Amino acid sequence: MLNPISAAFKKAKQENRAALLTYTVAGDSSKKKSLEILKSISKDVDILEVGVPHNTPVADGSQIQTSAYRSIKNGIKMNDIFKIVKDFKKSNKYKPIILMGYFNMILQYGENNFLNKCNSSGVNGLIVVDLPWPENKNFAKKCKKKSIYFIQLLSPTTTKIRLKKIIKDSHPMNYFISMLSTTGGKLKVSPNNILKNYNKIKKIDPKKEIVIGFGITEKTIGKLKSADGLVVGSAICKEISKSLKYRQNPVTNVNKLVKKLKSKIL
Amino acid sequence: MKLKKKIPLIDQVSKSGFWGNKFGGNFVPETLKKPIEDLEIQFNKLKKDKKFISERNRYFKNWIGSPTRFIKLEKLTNHIGGAQIWSKVVSDANGGAHKVYNATVHCLLAKRSGKKIICGDTGAGYAGKMLSMAAKKFGLKCKIFMGAKDIARQQPNVKAIKKNGAEVIPVYSGSQTLVDAVSECMRFWVANCDTTAMCVGSTVGPAIFVRICGWSTSQISRELKVQLIDEFGSVPKKLKLYNCVGGGSSSFGFWNEFMDYDKKQCEFIGVEAGGPAKSKKHAAPLTYGSKIGILHGAAQYVNQDSDGQIEETESISAGLDYPGVSPLHCFLKDTKRARYTAASDEEALNAFKTVTKYEELRPSLEPSHAFSVAIKEAKRLSKDTIVVVNSCGDAYKDRGILEKRLGKKYVKSN
Ligand SMILES: Cc1ncc(COP(=O)(O)O)c(C=O)c1O
Repeated sequence: MLNPISAAFKKAKQENRAALLTYTVAGDSSKKKSLEILKSISKDVDILEVGVPHNTPVADGSQIQTSAYRSIKNGIKMNDIFKIVKDFKKSNKYKPIILMGYFNMILQYGENNFLNKCNSSGVNGLIVVDLPWPENKNFAKKCKKKSIYFIQLLSPTTTKIRLKKIIKDSHPMNYFISMLSTTGGKLKVSPNNILKNYNKIKKIDPKKEIVIGFGITEKTIGKLKSADGLVVGSAICKEISKSLKYRQNPVTNVNKLVKKLKSKIL
Repeated sequence: MKLKKKIPLIDQVSKSGFWGNKFGGNFVPETLKKPIEDLEIQFNKLKKDKKFISERNRYFKNWIGSPTRFIKLEKLTNHIGGAQIWSKVVSDANGGAHKVYNATVHCLLAKRSGKKIICGDTGAGYAGKMLSMAAKKFGLKCKIFMGAKDIARQQPNVKAIKKNGAEVIPVYSGSQTLVDAVSECMRFWVANCDTTAMCVGSTVGPAIFVRICGWSTSQISRELKVQLIDEFGSVPKKLKLYNCVGGGSSSFGFWNEFMDYDKKQCEFIGVEAGGPAKSKKHAAPLTYGSKIGILHGAAQYVNQDSDGQIEETESISAGLDYPGVSPLHCFLKDTKRARYTAASDEEALNAFKTVTKYEELRPSLEPSHAFSVAIKEAKRLSKDTIVVVNSCGDAYKDRGILEKRLGKKYVKSN
């Protein structure tokens, strides 16, 4: 069977549009709410990235940190996260889910245990922020054996030779970081420039799907819509924080935001 | 796992940055791969460059002021009545602590690579103070990340950082201490690595930062070895080197030149922060058997829960208040070259009282942890044993805490 991630890209291509990927932190603003959010946005989203909150994140900006700390404070544990995924998959069997987090959480769970649990709960891909290539070679191989995509990150600082090597080893989907920034930074490079870099990378192996992420908001998403896929994270986390502040329901607010995002790339 | 002789420990590292295939490494976001590789290439080249070494030595000598004193604590020795107690007064160094060696080297490297800005973390405020001082000296703009809790408890150093023209960026996340400052500093570097150099304040972080810092603070033991030979004619037959361990930069620097000696002749004792006697929290991952995990880009023994969340620490000493520890020390622990133990807040305060009662020396709360263990053990050691404690910081920065815990008479005005 085709990995649901690849199926999602295929479907978006057929509809002649970029795939929409969202990032929300598991357990934000609560275990229940985060599951509700996933369910409510799943119709408009092609691939759901679910963040595994960590309390010493070295690549996350303030919005995602706020979400992560909120979730940790609420007592979220790794097993709760798998449960959220599993519960979601009960009613959305084919909607792809990617877990995104830091390697220590995987290490403490045990690599093999973690992957088995990914399989049994329905995780389709992994992004491990602090496990770059070539350090990730072994783990990526293990993922492959379990039919889980290990998604490589590519950055504006990645040299050309390195890009080629990473892409050669990569699974069908990769993630291009739009600019030098933590997540949620203001887009400090023009969308045109980002696309120029993106196209260069895309040329190395056009068969691999490449999504763009970091700094994408309602304002900028439309200008990047020629990419295979676009990831919005911090803007959604911010929406959750805002909803809580104004005592509104994050589920409905996030749902509205996602619909807007989707409309910009159609 | 084996410690090799004749190769500096900072160079006993695998290509991917591991000591003993287990500790260290480069668990970093993709964006930092290139700047880290650039720094590795630069450092590996310059460390063999005679001109660079003599430039470094010139700054160490004329600007930092080397050597720092090596003195016998006569009255303390008499009071204790066991081994001879000596101190290497590293707080003599310009700025008042060992953090100046690493800061100076990082600024020299940044200058050569054409960077205009340097950022760094700080806990006790010394790493920040020294970096701001060196940055000013070398004409670099400087940003210092510091936990809000540490800003409140280490005001004298915060003032010094600002006076040197650096920007202090308070960090409000997590426990608002060193661990959060390092995270925030790394995040800043991720977003600005094209223009900005980063200085990690201890022998922690991605492997290259561990190596640069250890290389820099090793000045301490280079000086000490000469001073020991001057004093005793040779390296003493029974030598014990006591040092506090936070990230581990002062202790590593204090021991490095003696690494190849048999530990029966030259023993290393690292003292971690045990935290308040009544609290379960501590900052002593080596002493209390914490599991290996990843913190700030490196695999190390680190306080964490079963999920891998880093645990909050607690210590009276901001400089030691860190949940992890250098991969170098993890390696020294596993190879049994060094021995690690902890002192509580109260024990450190008592040691401070004892040392200041008998001597002119005023060690800060970090080295007071080392003094606590040294004093306790010296009692039972023979008179021909030479105990040396690295007094790597001055108590001036701790005046607020000392006044609160011990009363006004323990605080001096300068
Ligand atoms: C005076 C002093 N000693 C010790 C330390 C602990 O760090 P390290 O173990 O790297 O020497 C610090 C850190 O801030 C310090 O300021």
